[in-house]
Amino acid sequence: MRRTCVDMVHRLAKKDERVVFIGSDLSPGLLAEMKAEMPERHYMEGVTEANVIGMAAGMAMDGFIPFVNTIATFITRRCYEQVALDLCLHDLPVRLIGNGGGLVYAPLGPTHLAVEDIAIMRALPNMTVTAVSDADEMARLMEASLDWPHPIYIRLGKGGDPIISRPENGFEIGRGLAREAASSEPVVLISTGVMTARALEAADILAEQGIDAEVLHFHTLKPIDRDLILARAPRARCLCIVEEHSLIGGLGSAVLDTLVNAGQCRLPPIRRLGIPDRFVDSYGGQDDLLARFGLQPPQIATTIAKSIAERRVARA
Amino acid sequence: MGSRDRGRPTLPEGLSNQCRLDERSRHLRRLILRGLEGGNRGHVGSSMSLVEILRVLYDDILRHDPRNPNWPLRDRCILSKGHGCLALYALLVDKGYVDAGELDRFCLPGGRMGGHPERGKVPGVEASTGALGHGLSIGVGMALAARTQRRDSRVFVVMGDGEINEGSVWEAALCAGKHRLANLCAIVDYNKIQSAGFTREIQDLEPLTDKWRSFGFAVSETDGYDIARLRDAFARTSDNTDKPLAVICHTIKGKGIPFAENQPRWHHHSKFTPEILAEMRDALRPAG
Repeated sequence: MRRTCVDMVHRLAKKDERVVFIGSDLSPGLLAEMKAEMPERHYMEGVTEANVIGMAAGMAMDGFIPFVNTIATFITRRCYEQVALDLCLHDLPVRLIGNGGGLVYAPLGPTHLAVEDIAIMRALPNMTVTAVSDADEMARLMEASLDWPHPIYIRLGKGGDPIISRPENGFEIGRGLAREAASSEPVVLISTGVMTARALEAADILAEQGIDAEVLHFHTLKPIDRDLILARAPRARCLCIVEEHSLIGGLGSAVLDTLVNAGQCRLPPIRRLGIPDRFVDSYGGQDDLLARFGLQPPQIATTIAKSIAERRVARA
Repeated sequence: MGSRDRGRPTLPEGLSNQCRLDERSRHLRRLILRGLEGGNRGHVGSSMSLVEILRVLYDDILRHDPRNPNWPLRDRCILSKGHGCLALYALLVDKGYVDAGELDRFCLPGGRMGGHPERGKVPGVEASTGALGHGLSIGVGMALAARTQRRDSRVFVVMGDGEINEGSVWEAALCAGKHRLANLCAIVDYNKIQSAGFTREIQDLEPLTDKWRSFGFAVSETDGYDIARLRDAFARTSDNTDKPLAVICHTIKGKGIPFAENQPRWHHHSKFTPEILAEMRDALRPAG
């Protein structure tokens, strides 16, 4: 996904002179071909997050579309005021590519984890927030980003993620996707980013247990696809929102805001799976931490099955 | 040295900031006063301090067209110390970017001129500033954009001395030096007073010229009220063709209002009494 994302910057730059790349102390040789081909549109700057955001704003004010890239937590937290004022207040077409969103940097500890990035980016007016599921969907997002007039936060996964997106579903910023269920009152699993692959797997496990589950994928968290949520969520037998993010301010909050703001007084039974409100205190790999927070497919399926069983008991 | 002068630095040898204000300078300050009266508030000291910096830029240096504020080939001027916006508004009114009547609605509901300048609200404002330490990075981006687009536009960024406490300013300075942005000019309104008091006591900046020089800038210092010297300092000179330029302007906070000059408490003021307003008007009235 990461490779595809930066390769797409080069590809877009070839066809559109407005595209520039600005990195903040990334891997040696990143986009070397682009640098050789168009040195005035490839900038590798120092560890200066505040400056690269302002610099991107200045270039965007004069007609460029800068793609700024560094580690997710640094491109969101470290330079939050620059993102808010230089980019969002001016409503400029700058793209922020955040490497290692969520728990990707698990072995490096809490300084490098980005588990509230979606929350703080969502809070900013004019900001568009995205987390695609795989490399193919990333290519579609990058293509669509060229004509999007607002700032975009692009959350990257680790890379090597299974390809679950399908070209026939198309891609439109702000439009969610559904893998439908057969029944009229299914379990509805809602997810974003690389968690959608896990949500699909959890749905398959549930199917083996005779529980019909639909999966909604939101590659765009802001603006969120209100119509899809309002069409699918209220009829759910159980609504389960799964995210590799703090339970504060992420996908779960966006979905619930949508339901409540639309005046949905009768909400379905809801389970929210994500990262609790505390700093992550252990290491290992991304999968280890996902398991620690109950976010692996068998755990998701078990939580949902239990929830349904408890509800049955409560009704009886 | 009396207690009122505590913390006040002496100027570098051969430099003064005591030039008398001519009628044009008083006229521009009267526009500032109109805004202060309109909103009954404002950064008095911070605005009065930098009038001549902006006057020289807009009168003599900038390539600009008030009838076409977004002219792509224009030079850019960013007031990074956004709290000094009344001075910028005065110049934009004077040049015809915006009606003087807007000054009467400074900071008021329905007005376009806020307590910090906003791009898109007042024609001629290049960037929304107010939070400090943002303008130089934006200027770096604009200077790189001009270079890439093969435009010979210059970019001027006016900063306060308190503002350059911000680390982001020095990130931007590193970047400007690295890219040898000869089309970028960083200007410091060095009145030696920040919000909390004299800079020498709050956060000493000296040796300031050495700092900018060490970041890769060609540096000059000037009396912030000497029109000819300001003009020379802002004009591109042959010895800085491959370096960004930094111009340290020695100024006086509150310049032109005797009771506000060099007084930290006049950084910002609100709820003006009729007596204070009368005194300010008197100080700025046309000669003769």
